[in-house]
Amino acid sequence: MTADEIRDEILDILSDIVPDEDLTALKDDVPFREQIELDSMDFLDIVMELRKRYRVQVPEDDYVELATMAGTVTYLEPLLKDAQKA
Amino acid sequence: MYDVLIIGAGMSGLAAGVRLAQFGLRVCILERHTTIGGLNSFYRRDGRNYDVGLHAITNFQPKGSKHGPLPRLLRQLRFSWDEFEWTPQLKSAVVFPAARLDFSNDLTMLESEIVRAFPSQADSFRRLVDAILPYDGLEQPRGRESARAVFAQYISDPLLVEMLLCPLLYYGGAAEHDTDFAQASVMFRSIFLEGFARPAQGVRLILKLLVRRFKELGGELRLRAGVRRIVIAGEEVHHVELDDGVDLQANSVLSSAGWCETMQLCGEQSALCEQVSPGQLSFVESIAVLDCPPQALGHPYSVLFFNDSGRFHWEKPRHELTDVRSGVVCSPNNFAYVDDNGPKEGMIRMTALANFDRWTALTGGEYEQEKVTAREAIYASAVRFVPDFRPHVVATDTFTPKTIRHFTGHDNGAVYGAPQKRRDGTTHLRNLFVCGSDQGWVGIVGAMMSGVVMANRHCLQPTVAR
Repeated sequence: MTADEIRDEILDILSDIVPDEDLTALKDDVPFREQIELDSMDFLDIVMELRKRYRVQVPEDDYVELATMAGTVTYLEPLLKDAQKA
Repeated sequence: MYDVLIIGAGMSGLAAGVRLAQFGLRVCILERHTTIGGLNSFYRRDGRNYDVGLHAITNFQPKGSKHGPLPRLLRQLRFSWDEFEWTPQLKSAVVFPAARLDFSNDLTMLESEIVRAFPSQADSFRRLVDAILPYDGLEQPRGRESARAVFAQYISDPLLVEMLLCPLLYYGGAAEHDTDFAQASVMFRSIFLEGFARPAQGVRLILKLLVRRFKELGGELRLRAGVRRIVIAGEEVHHVELDDGVDLQANSVLSSAGWCETMQLCGEQSALCEQVSPGQLSFVESIAVLDCPPQALGHPYSVLFFNDSGRFHWEKPRHELTDVRSGVVCSPNNFAYVDDNGPKEGMIRMTALANFDRWTALTGGEYEQEKVTAREAIYASAVRFVPDFRPHVVATDTFTPKTIRHFTGHDNGAVYGAPQKRRDGTTHLRNLFVCGSDQGWVGIVGAMMSGVVMANRHCLQPTVAR
């Protein structure tokens, strides 16, 4: 997947996890938590969704990499380079 | 071979099941009974729907709220707010002979009631609320300070302390007489700061939504599948043996049976079980169907807590079957329904403390007779505080500690489980965890939250770390 496709996929996952949040104005370099209501339980959901959809494992120590959209895309790009968008 | 076996299809087990099935784990929920719900269930009798357990959910917050247990729970389970048709309370009350305090889901009502009934305590009450605010109801409460003692540090009128504690203990006090301040704070928040609501169709709607979702996600629910034994090999559960002799295997087991009850299933009657003494507090509840809405009789309250002296006795009745000095009167009609979607008939549910041992010692004929006696005694006690509804009763049903024991499997029919809580859910076995009543979260929202958090911590996170 390309960086743009990964970004779309993360938005799709977020819209499942926090359906009531407006994601259209999400800024890529500002932490998710400062823009939308997202706590540690929700972060687990992002990780579990990635695992379910793409069999990507994100160890707990790496959760910090997922703080922003830009960080998440950068972190996932090498892991998902061969993956097809579901 | 399953990823996770869950023991018990009550609120916590079902919520845990939904959470795990959501991420593709192979999950099976094992329920001994032919119905789901455990303590919170429903049945049909003579053409009428009855609910047991839930009077109202606590921790209610209006649509659009993002903080606190209820919004967080709905998010974790991916339910929308509207699916449950949450209907907030009208108003509730605590009534003692010398004072009445009305309260609603807006704290200002209780504050103004305290100004009216206890003018000298108004500032103290606000300071108590400030002390309670840090307990957000998400983190499990810790700390052993007596709630009575801490409340009394703020509030000098003992009557007000008793009146505030009465609803908190009735809706979640697992130990006799008192609870710890942290637990009381969580209860205080859930009742006075957040508040009461009811799904328009009662508890059945919550259970149906959970089960439907669980099955849609590929989860397996087995009814009439009681667990007879948890069979251990070394430091872990090897398999689970059902009442009918079937063996089931799983990577981990999440038990909502209660701490002692789970240890007994492991064959650990002695040491591990004695760490926690079983709870002693059980209830009789009598449901009265009326020929008119309670409002028509001049009873406007959603939930009314009464106590007939200045001191509230939260204890197992020693010498009688049922203690009717105090009680809770819940009127499912008195919630803010829209479009007439509430109960079709008038109904009042009354709850009082009861002695499990005495109820279970009765023979069949005595038992039926004592149910009638208890019902009449609860009615007679309640009508000292609410309008006399007795001429309007058209149908009744009564359940006892024996019924609670039957449907929950809890030792002593203890509604809120054992007084000491196993907060982290771990056991002496690597792959056995507990959720539900014995975890320190209370109420329906708390029970479901317990299932979700234990599923996250012990069943989902390890799969990530692996």
